[in-house]
Amino acid sequence: MQDLLYFSQQLINGLTIGSAYALIAIGYTMVYGIIGMINFAHGEIYMIGAYTALIAITGLTALGLAWLPLILIVALLCAMLVSSSMGWAVERVAYRPVRGRHRLIPLISAIGMSIFLQNYVHLAQGSRNIGFPALIEGGFNFSADGAFEMSLSYMQITIFITTLICMTALSLFISRSRTGRACRAVSQDIGMASLLGIDTNRIISATFIIGAALAAVAGLLLGMYYGSVDPLFGFIAGLKAFTAAVLGGIGSIPGAMLGGLILGVSESMTSGYLSGEYKDVVSFGLLILILLFKPTGLLGKPEVEKI
Amino acid sequence: MAANNMRHALFCAIVTLIISFPILGLSLEAKGVNITLSGAKTSTYVAIVLAAVAVFVFQTFRDTFMGALGKLPNFNPLAGREPMEQTKRVKLESWLLTGIVVFALFWPFLVSRGSVDLATLVLIYIMLALGLNVVVGLAGLLDLGYVAFYAVGAYTFALLSQYTGISFWMALPIGALLAGLTGMILGFPVLRLRGDYLAIVTLGFGEIIRILLNNWTTLTGGPNGIGGIPEPTLFGMEFGRRVKEEGNTSFHETFGIAYSGEHKVIFLYLIALVLAVITALIIRRFMRMPVGRAWEALREDEIAARSLGLSRTAVKLSAFTIGAFFAGFAGTVFASKQGFISPESFVFLESAIILAIVVLGGMGSQLGVILAAIAVTILPELAREFSEYRMLIFGAAMVLMMVWRPQGLLPVRRIQITLNKQG
Repeated sequence: MQDLLYFSQQLINGLTIGSAYALIAIGYTMVYGIIGMINFAHGEIYMIGAYTALIAITGLTALGLAWLPLILIVALLCAMLVSSSMGWAVERVAYRPVRGRHRLIPLISAIGMSIFLQNYVHLAQGSRNIGFPALIEGGFNFSADGAFEMSLSYMQITIFITTLICMTALSLFISRSRTGRACRAVSQDIGMASLLGIDTNRIISATFIIGAALAAVAGLLLGMYYGSVDPLFGFIAGLKAFTAAVLGGIGSIPGAMLGGLILGVSESMTSGYLSGEYKDVVSFGLLILILLFKPTGLLGKPEVEKI
Repeated sequence: MAANNMRHALFCAIVTLIISFPILGLSLEAKGVNITLSGAKTSTYVAIVLAAVAVFVFQTFRDTFMGALGKLPNFNPLAGREPMEQTKRVKLESWLLTGIVVFALFWPFLVSRGSVDLATLVLIYIMLALGLNVVVGLAGLLDLGYVAFYAVGAYTFALLSQYTGISFWMALPIGALLAGLTGMILGFPVLRLRGDYLAIVTLGFGEIIRILLNNWTTLTGGPNGIGGIPEPTLFGMEFGRRVKEEGNTSFHETFGIAYSGEHKVIFLYLIALVLAVITALIIRRFMRMPVGRAWEALREDEIAARSLGLSRTAVKLSAFTIGAFFAGFAGTVFASKQGFISPESFVFLESAIILAIVVLGGMGSQLGVILAAIAVTILPELAREFSEYRMLIFGAAMVLMMVWRPQGLLPVRRIQITLNKQG
C-alpha cells in the first residue's frame, strides 16, 4: 500500500509537469511541422510569459484587487498577449529573412535570438530568481496508515484542468476553424497551399502566435508550481519540451501531448526512485535514444528526403 | 497601399510597446517574502516610446527607405575592383598570419601582466574556435555541445595530475587524444542524424557531461571543482618561487635572474601561442588534403558527395574527431592556466560563445575565425561598462549575421587553379 501510494505520488507529479511540458512542446511541434525549423528561442518566450504573469499578478495585487480568479485570468491574458507579441516579433525579425536557406542558418539565428532574449530579461529584471507567490494553496491528502501521505494539491488540479482546456481549444481550432484548416494545409505542402490562395506568411505568423500563447500559459502554471522564476528558467524547460515534441513525433500535435506526459512521468520516476540530480540526464538520454533509433517519434510521419 | 502600410506600421509599433513595456518598464523586486513592483527611470520610458515611434516611422516609409538604401552609392572603395588574384590573395593572407604570429611573439614583453593573461585566454579561444570551425564551418555539422570535449581535456589533466601526478607535457597529448576518442565514440552513432537533430543531440550530450561532472562528487569534486593543477615546466624548470617537485629546478635560479611572477604568465602565453599556431597549421593542412575537400563536399551536397563514393560516416567522423581533439588540447591548456577547474566553466553558454566566434568569423575561414576570437574576447574587456551587455550583443550579432551575411565577415574563398590555355 505504501509503495503504491509513493508510486501514485510520483505519477501525479510527473503528469503535472508533463502536461505543462506538453503545452510548451506544442509550440515547437507546430513550428517544425510548418517550416521545418527548431525554434530555439521558444523556451525564452515561455520564460517571458512567466515573468509577465508575475509582473501582472504583483501589479494587480498592489492595485488592491483581491478576487483570485480575476487576478489569475487577467495575469494569464497579459502573459499570453506579451508572449505572443514576442513570438510574432521574433519570427518577423529573426526567422522570416532567413527562411528557406540552408538548415543551419535559421537554427543559428534562433540560438542568437534565444541568447538575446535571455539577456534582455536578465538586464531588465536582474539575474536573481524571484519568488512566485503561491496563490493556490492546499489540496487533498490521502494516507494509508499515516506514514506516507500522498497529496494532490489544488495547484496540480489547476494545471491539469488548464492544460486540458487549452488542448481541447487547440484541437477544435485546428480541426474546425478556417485558419486551423489553413495551418494543416500549409504543414502538408507549403507551396501548394500558397498556390491555392492561402497567405502562408500569415499562417506561419499565426503558428508562432499560438505556440507562444500556449507557452505563456505554461509559464504562468509552472512558475507558480515551482515557486520562482529566473532568466535561465526557460532554457532547460525549452529543451525538455523539445524532447517531448521529438518523443511524440515532431510535427504532430497529439504527439506533443503524449510526449510531454511520458517525459514528465519518466522524469518524476527518476527523481522518485533514483536521484533528483539525474533527472535531466534521463530526459536528455531519452532524447538521444529516440533520435538515434526512432527519429520520427511515436506518432510522427517519416520524412522522405527528396532529391 | 499607403493605408495598408500605415496599418501595418501601427501594428508593429504597438507590438514594440507590448514586448518592451512590461519587461523593461516594470521591475520586480524581492523584499523579504514580498515582491514589489517598481517603475523604471523616466529615460527608460522615453526610450521605449522612441523605439515604438522609430518602428512606426520605419514601417510606414519602409518602401521609400529600402529604395533609397538601394540607390545609395557604394561606399566600399574596393567594390568596383576586380577580386584579387588567387595566388596574390593566398600570399597576402599567409603574410598577414605570419605577421600576427611574429607580433604576438614579442608583444608580451612590452605590456602588463593582466593583458598577457587575457591574451592567453584569447589564444585558448582561438584554438577552440579553430577546432569548432572544422566541425561547423568545414563539415557543416552544427555541434552545440563542443564544450564537452573542452571539459574532457581539462578534466583529464586535472584528474591525472591529482591521482598520478602527471605533468602538463604528458597530459597534453593524453587529454587531446581522450577528447578525440570521446568525440569519435559519441560521433559514431549520432552522425547519421540530420543537421538540426544533430545540433540538439550534441547539446544534450554536453549537458549530460556537465551534470555528470557536477554530481559525480567522489571523482570530480562536484561543483567544488579540482584545484592544484600544476603549471607547465620548461625542460624540468619550474616557474614558481620554490621548486615544488623533486628533481626539478627553478627557472630563475638556472638562469641567474631575479624571480618574477611574470615569467610564468609569459611562459604560459608562449605555450598557448605555439599550440595555437600548431593547431592552425595542422588544420590548414587538413583543409587542403582530400579529407578536407571531402568535408566541404559533404557540407555542400550530401547526396552528390555520397554518389561520388565518399563515405558519409568516415568523413563526418573524421571532422568530429579532429574538432574534439583540438578542444581537448585547449582544455588542457585552460586547466593549466587556471590551476583550478569546475563544471561552471563548461556550460552551454561557452559553446554558444565559441559558435558565435566561428559564425562571426565566416564559417570555414581561418583568418576570420582568429580575428573574431580576438574581437569577441577583447572587446568586452576594453569596454568594461558594456561587459554586461556582452551576451545581449552576441545574440543580436548572431541573428544579424545570419540575416545579412551568413558567410561571415571574412568569408572563405575556394582555392582554385586556372589552367593555362595550351597553344
